[in-house]
Amino acid sequence: MNKSVEAPELQTVSRLLPEFTEMPGGLLPLLHAVQDALGFIPASAVPLVAEAMNLSRAEVHGVITYYHFFRSKAPGKHVVQVCRAESCQACGGEQLLSEMEQALGCKLHETSADGLYSLEPVYCLGLCASSPAVQIDDKLYARMDSVQLKRVVAELGSHA
Amino acid sequence: MSITVFVPCDSAALAAGAEAVVDALHKEASARGLTIDVQRNSTRGMFWLEPLVEVVTAAGRTAYGPVNFQDVPSLFEADFLHGGQHRLSLGLTDALPYLSKQQRLTFARMGITRPLSLDDYAAHGGWAGLQKTAAMDSADVVQTVLDSGLRGRGGAAFPAGIKWRTVRATDAAQKYVVCNADEGDSGTFSDRMTMEGDPYMLIEGMAIAGLAVGATQGYVYIRSEYPHAIATMTTAIQLAQAAGFLGDNVMGSGKAFHLHVRKAAGSYVCGEETAMLESLEGKRGIVRAKPPLPALEGLFGQPTVINNVITLASVPIIMAKGAAFYKDFGMGRSTGTLPFQITGNIKHGGLVERAFGLTLRELIYDFGGGSRSGRPIKAVQVGGPLGAYVPPSQWDVPLDYEAYAALGLVVGHGGIVVHDDTANMAKLARYAMEFCAIESCGKCTPCRIGSTRGVETIDRIANAQDKEQQVHLLRDLCDTMVHGSLCAMGGMTPYPVLSALNHYPADFGLQTTEATAS
Repeated sequence: MNKSVEAPELQTVSRLLPEFTEMPGGLLPLLHAVQDALGFIPASAVPLVAEAMNLSRAEVHGVITYYHFFRSKAPGKHVVQVCRAESCQACGGEQLLSEMEQALGCKLHETSADGLYSLEPVYCLGLCASSPAVQIDDKLYARMDSVQLKRVVAELGSHA
Repeated sequence: MSITVFVPCDSAALAAGAEAVVDALHKEASARGLTIDVQRNSTRGMFWLEPLVEVVTAAGRTAYGPVNFQDVPSLFEADFLHGGQHRLSLGLTDALPYLSKQQRLTFARMGITRPLSLDDYAAHGGWAGLQKTAAMDSADVVQTVLDSGLRGRGGAAFPAGIKWRTVRATDAAQKYVVCNADEGDSGTFSDRMTMEGDPYMLIEGMAIAGLAVGATQGYVYIRSEYPHAIATMTTAIQLAQAAGFLGDNVMGSGKAFHLHVRKAAGSYVCGEETAMLESLEGKRGIVRAKPPLPALEGLFGQPTVINNVITLASVPIIMAKGAAFYKDFGMGRSTGTLPFQITGNIKHGGLVERAFGLTLRELIYDFGGGSRSGRPIKAVQVGGPLGAYVPPSQWDVPLDYEAYAALGLVVGHGGIVVHDDTANMAKLARYAMEFCAIESCGKCTPCRIGSTRGVETIDRIANAQDKEQQVHLLRDLCDTMVHGSLCAMGGMTPYPVLSALNHYPADFGLQTTEATAS
């Protein structure tokens, strides 16, 4: 691995590293910082992170792939998370999910062909008294129904 | 003088459109040349009424809800600023039966105060527990928590005082207090409400724990699915530190306690305490074998108190009002109150804090008002994804740790998910196994492989393939998972599966006799 850092995303990672090297258990906070900055954790960042944290690349890769929240690939422009947990299932969450797949033009765990949407499951947003719940980017929606779903997706599309 | 209007800033209010309501209130007021003072409070926990707008009137806080931004002009027309009648009028908030029938100890400030206001917190009884603690011998603090009978509210119900006593008695250069805020159970949100709505209460509880056991460092491990809770806790810690409630000299005690927020990363099993410790140490969230107990060798190998949000948040009132006050609530060995969370297919979903001992029927009908769909309620899952499905015949059992355990049920973290008669219990049983397969940390075989085999077996039963043999196999598999798993993930996934099979055999295409034969 060539140690010279050229790609802008690796420069970002390098800039973030110093804050976390001395922090007890700093790997997760560092990975969060990388993902907050870049939207994902590129594979090319793994050697940098490993060296800075005095870990093996396998350990860093292991942590990134263990946690559902960390992504190794750039997501679509909008990340749509539909809750699949019991409370939302009790309120038509499964039906809502298939409507969402249709509306976005991609299946669960996929990104739409136009790169606009990534559709992901989430297991509880803590809005269970107002199920079903959906999160789109950083915005929350409760008691989501077909009408609201169509309106929200149309709004997203119009800003695309 | 301008009139004060409260609009909650809780996630559930935001998800229901609270921001648009605030915008509309400002716009409409200025169009009418009126000055209003819009304040953002926490939520009362009556989520079917969110966004719940409250106006401060001479008679008290008067409520309107659920308010859509389009309702705002008509609210002004109705003179809601002086408590005028409107289609959305609910009367005085405190008089609403949903609230007046509760026993809010831990949630006493909820919906009333502004989450980040140190003045509001202090004016409503905040810091009294920590102030007492700062002047007490630490052994007496631990004894007070022991005497209160407080048990872990995260689900395991282990006496909090015993953990504290162990950590206090263990010598170490560094000890820790860790708050488990990885509230991943579907049907629960009391931790989220606490962190978003009354963060200083949790900070106070953790500082008391730190002083009591001699820990100078604390961590709050908050799930990544709760960005608002993370933001509020982070700011609250900064403000509390600046005001001397955290830091090198906690409330003049001469003792230090530093608190940090750590963001989780979407792993359900990290709600298990040892997996959480691994995660805090920057590793994969793999469950540790016990012993050693975390109280002896916990975070970074040091003695560590690990408690759930609600456990720690219950400590300030115990310290402020005494162990006897708290112990007077509840029944048997389940002392105090539990914030129950009524969710799923329910008309009036929300948070109900009551002493242990009330029944599920009271919660889902008297408070919850029955199903939202209007259809008959078929099953109620109590205690999260690892809790059993409770059939109607057991809805009159008092909610108490021991009474529930005697029937193979779990109170857990107090989450209650209601399903109407359209629910297919075989599908929900399959989902329980599927969820376990997705979230298993992989360390022990019964959980890692058993969950996948469980999905396959339930599929075969549903497809009527060798039904009798497969039911036998499923029961045998569940037995292995219960007794052979390292933690509750694999050890309790059989609870929803077997309760579905036992009480709703028809959904599996089975006669009652086929379901029970094994």
